[in-house]
Amino acid sequence: MPELKEVSTEYMLFEAKREEQFITGSETIREAIKRSNIDIAISYPITPQSESMHLVGDLYAEGYVKEYFRGENEFAVMSEIAGAASGGVRTFTATCGPGTLRAFENFPMWAGSRLPIVMTFMTRAINAPLSIQPDTIEMSFLRDTGIMMFHAEAAQDLYDMILMSFNIVEQTSVHIPIGIFIDGFFVTHTRQKVNIVSEDIKLKPYNPGMSPVPHIDMETPPIRLMRDPFVMKSNYVSYAAHASWQQEIWTSQQRAKKYIKKYLGNFIEQENPDAPIQIVASGTAVSQAREAINMLKEEGVDDVGLIKVKVIRPFPKEEIKAALQNAQKIIIPEFNIVGWLAQDVAATIPNNDRIYPGPRVYGGMTMPPEVIVRVIKEGTLVGV
Amino acid sequence: MVKYEVLPGPESYLPPAAAMHGVVLPDPGESLIEGVCVSEDVCIKHIAKKLLAAKNPTFFPGPLLLWKTTEYALQRGKLVREIAKEINAKIIPMPDYRPKYPMINPAVEINPNHPNLTIWYNKIDVGIFIGVHCHQANLALKIIRGGTNCYTVALCAEEGHEEANASLRDTSNNVLQKLLDTIKEIKKEGA
Repeated sequence: MPELKEVSTEYMLFEAKREEQFITGSETIREAIKRSNIDIAISYPITPQSESMHLVGDLYAEGYVKEYFRGENEFAVMSEIAGAASGGVRTFTATCGPGTLRAFENFPMWAGSRLPIVMTFMTRAINAPLSIQPDTIEMSFLRDTGIMMFHAEAAQDLYDMILMSFNIVEQTSVHIPIGIFIDGFFVTHTRQKVNIVSEDIKLKPYNPGMSPVPHIDMETPPIRLMRDPFVMKSNYVSYAAHASWQQEIWTSQQRAKKYIKKYLGNFIEQENPDAPIQIVASGTAVSQAREAINMLKEEGVDDVGLIKVKVIRPFPKEEIKAALQNAQKIIIPEFNIVGWLAQDVAATIPNNDRIYPGPRVYGGMTMPPEVIVRVIKEGTLVGV
Repeated sequence: MVKYEVLPGPESYLPPAAAMHGVVLPDPGESLIEGVCVSEDVCIKHIAKKLLAAKNPTFFPGPLLLWKTTEYALQRGKLVREIAKEINAKIIPMPDYRPKYPMINPAVEINPNHPNLTIWYNKIDVGIFIGVHCHQANLALKIIRGGTNCYTVALCAEEGHEEANASLRDTSNNVLQKLLDTIKEIKKEGA
């Protein structure tokens, strides 16, 4: 293991000197994990995620990650990650699209078990016919599993979000998993400028002694946690205990807000907040929207604002409600067919008929900024 | 949003989680009384008065206190016993977290999955949690608020509990000593 100085998350994010590198999203993950003091990483290949966990494997070979192996499949990987996290160590993994769905049962189990797991999802289409192309549909399914969700616009977001997430999820009052989502290929396989901290520092280690549930060790073997589960009993007492348990999962997301705010700043970022037309977007749809706004400005149209949503769970209801208070028309471009961000915004704001449907693209399609411009100017229907 | 007050129950069939209604955990140096952030000193005094006014106060020490054998934990146990003696409180342990089937013996233990049974059986009017893992404590605190009129106090070593009626955070042995001293002081003033 290379000798690295342990530093606080605050130092890592806000004080450490940074150097610009021109790297891909997958390489960005390598750089973040190199400095995250990971005890165990477990991988299973699936495009477009494969390269990132391959690079994490290289970090194991170099001594930056203490343990690393390839699981049998995605369900196995997420189960093994759960076992490791239950044992009180810091974990990391990544998957995408069909891999996410194959592992799905584990995500609410992670949240219910109060496991402080950090992982990345490189979003990809999931339905037949097979496609390996970018599509954010899996995020729709994950919204109600209890895990927290960040959506990175670009590699810089990704880098910082990974580094801050360990400290957020390891807080006693939080201690639930987080998924950091990036749009497959658009971010994973493109080179971008990323400001990286020096190689001689790493985050402080995880302290399982602060866990809100007992971690498994020789004194608390798994059998003592699993015996007499509520599900085996049909009575009010068992139902009430399970209900209170579910409340704890969602409450933990609320408790995470102050830590998210501390490290991420605001849950949303606004540009031109007083404009009557507002675009609400997350992930790479933000970049496309920003480009569309620039194109409109060149034409002399400057009444379009942008709201970048960085946190999908816990969903920033109050912030979005306030940001859209005076908007007359709301455009929500998305890389999926169901429009899950539009659903969440519609459930949050009054007079949600202000939301114009789309544009939406999926199945690997790109979203040219011209499309967004046409929706704003002409009300074209795209993908909805 | 209606301001939610974390008051003793019985509140409802399934009480809401306080954090979902705007109650936030205190920052270091602060504590919670019924969902409102106050200073640690104010909360210690409030808890001391509640304990002294109680008819049947009861400590619920959890595994983090019961099964630890460090010098610090032993000292913590002694302080709990001293406080209990001072307020004439019972001590009913929460030795582990598994639901007890077919039936718990509520006279001798409490369990986070059905804490109401122990509170009803022993007619406990003030319950004090200490050494219970935070998740399990919150689980129990909500159920107690839902089904009993017990006033709950959490002496938490970590970030505190918005589900308790009164909660300290970072409750070190020094803070426990402060609570003991405050109880003695109030008793002396009363006498």
